[in-house]
Amino acid sequence: MNFIVIGVNHQTAPVEVREQFAIPEARLPDATKSLATYPGIEEGIIVSTCNRVELLARTVNGNADVRGFMHQFYGFDPAPYKRYLYEYRERDAVRHVFRVASSLDSMVVGEPQILGQVKEAYATARAVGAVSSHLDALMTRAFAVAKRVRSETAIATSAVSVASVAVDLAKKIFGNLQGKSVYLVGAGKMCELSARHLAAHGARQIYVANRTYERAVALARKFDGQAVPFEQLYDTVSNADIVISSTGAPHTLFNKEHGEKFLHRRKNRPMFFIDIAVPRDIDPEMNKLDGIFVYDIDDLQQVVASHIADRKTEADRAEAIVQLEVDKFQSRLQTLDVVPTIVSLQEHLETVRQAEIDRVRGRLGKMTPEQELAVEALTRGIINKIMHTPITTLKTAARESTEATTVIDLVRRLFGLRDASKGTAAPGVADDGKPGMRN
Amino acid sequence: MPLLWLRIATVFYGVGLLYSLLLLSRQGNILGKIVEPAVGLGLIFHFVSLVESTIQIGHLSWASIQYSESLLAFLAMVVFFIFFTAYRTVSPGVIIFPVVFVLTFASAIGQKPIALTSPFFRNGWIFVHVVLIFTGYAGLFLSFGASLLYLVEERALKSKRSNVLLGLLPPLQTIDEIGYRSLLFGFPFMTLGLVAGSVLAIEKYGPMFFYDPKILLSFMMWAVYMLLLYTRWSSGWRGRRAAFLATFAFVVALGAWAANYFSRTHRFIAS
Repeated sequence: MNFIVIGVNHQTAPVEVREQFAIPEARLPDATKSLATYPGIEEGIIVSTCNRVELLARTVNGNADVRGFMHQFYGFDPAPYKRYLYEYRERDAVRHVFRVASSLDSMVVGEPQILGQVKEAYATARAVGAVSSHLDALMTRAFAVAKRVRSETAIATSAVSVASVAVDLAKKIFGNLQGKSVYLVGAGKMCELSARHLAAHGARQIYVANRTYERAVALARKFDGQAVPFEQLYDTVSNADIVISSTGAPHTLFNKEHGEKFLHRRKNRPMFFIDIAVPRDIDPEMNKLDGIFVYDIDDLQQVVASHIADRKTEADRAEAIVQLEVDKFQSRLQTLDVVPTIVSLQEHLETVRQAEIDRVRGRLGKMTPEQELAVEALTRGIINKIMHTPITTLKTAARESTEATTVIDLVRRLFGLRDASKGTAAPGVADDGKPGMRN
Repeated sequence: MPLLWLRIATVFYGVGLLYSLLLLSRQGNILGKIVEPAVGLGLIFHFVSLVESTIQIGHLSWASIQYSESLLAFLAMVVFFIFFTAYRTVSPGVIIFPVVFVLTFASAIGQKPIALTSPFFRNGWIFVHVVLIFTGYAGLFLSFGASLLYLVEERALKSKRSNVLLGLLPPLQTIDEIGYRSLLFGFPFMTLGLVAGSVLAIEKYGPMFFYDPKILLSFMMWAVYMLLLYTRWSSGWRGRRAAFLATFAFVVALGAWAANYFSRTHRFIAS
């Protein structure tokens, strides 16, 4: 399989560390492309959200230097962050990808956003040609698994998304959200989702500020809200009781001094800042001001810790499904590995057979149709008899992961089969000659 | 008999006290279901006790310490119930219940009240003065309780850790409103009560009454009270700053109360 995943997520790394590894949306296509073309790597996908950065790759021989790629791409050595990074290979990598897509690895288990984010990452990778055969199969399967988990367990129905946690907190501060105003800084998906939740609970006036004014206008229109030019952000943000910030800005947008000004303008009426951006948009120092409450993405996690416990049993069921799917995927992938070998073996023998019949025909002269049939049956019979055991062995070996590559490799060498992927590696060519034939 | 009713009321208020203590020691909302009917019953017995002792003595006996403690506790509970009906939350009780319990307890263990014979205390103005002032006190107490709760909840929200209290307290804004409105509610009573008292005192003692420690403290409390309202109105002070001010007002109020023991003009025991 040769899959490898290296990443950081909300469980292994605090937001300060995740900020270091986060890749902005605009850079993602390039990053994915350079991952897939890094020496020793065949295919690659990068998922970068506020909670996780995952580098998923299929390597040539199971041993590519993904950390070397990270060093090159980020411009710093990932070694000091070793304790925050996790790494999965082969089966574990497949399992991890399934878990992530099924939202079992999420901060809020069962929340629906992550699947969309993974799908986006996959689309990006496809667009730049960073996925072809196996990673493609893996991702397609991952989406199917996510769907299965969603429909067969109650995990998603009781899902508490980051957005609804934000609503709960807002209610804890403001009580009724009726007539409260919301300010969205950044027009991203998460902003939109949170705003939708707040609006559903009665929040009325919605402002949107975004660097690209058109996107702000488009989002504001959805909520009957008001788009604000980004330059007026600091003058207008204090109009809102709840501020949701999720821009891709590399630095914080709001600091303590801003907070003091806002409070002064608001006559100290409380403000609730929800910072779902990574890197963060809001200086955590602002939380120290009386009447300002700042929650970043990690804080929201603490709040939902209890919700996660509630859904433990459903999560266990989901894990079982994932485990089952990992097994299925593995055997499927391995059969996928062995099929081309069998086909080319059969083709090879058929060529030999035809050549031999042609040669004999010259010596025997014209044969009657009956004789033709007899020769045909004889030769075919011999080949089938001889090939029966090797083909069965290949198929069995495929199911037992440990020796599959060895057996496939041996058969190819014994019969002098050409590696089909070499020379004919144009994309779109049938799935033959993929891993297992390499060593 | 009135003392018996008062003692029964004290027992019921004791449930309120226990509720507060359990809540504050983070044992959770164990008595949550019974605390409201318990203190409600306490209030009824309390009322009966007050009415009966008034009838027994034949007039309103404001001037005994026990009696006025009892009356103050009663009014505090009444104000509490007014806000309870409006906001459906027992939370301010966390502060109010212990105060009420201590007041009624002190009143209930007291010996037979010393009846005041001075005809001065039969004056109807005294009645108005005491009820107004005490209602003002009650509003202040409730506001003080609310601002302490505001602080607790604000801290819990900022610490971002899940907290038993956080689940039990009403939203921050509700506590804030209770604090502000009880302040607003109490202020006119306090003001008119002081005016009534001043009119009485001038009548009896002349302008020199003002130099009495209790009177001074009372006016100081009134000033702090007004400051609280003003800062809230002009710059929306709440949270820590408001709680400090409210605590200060509460301490001054306690001082004013205690000043009964060394006040010349306001001594309860007839001289």
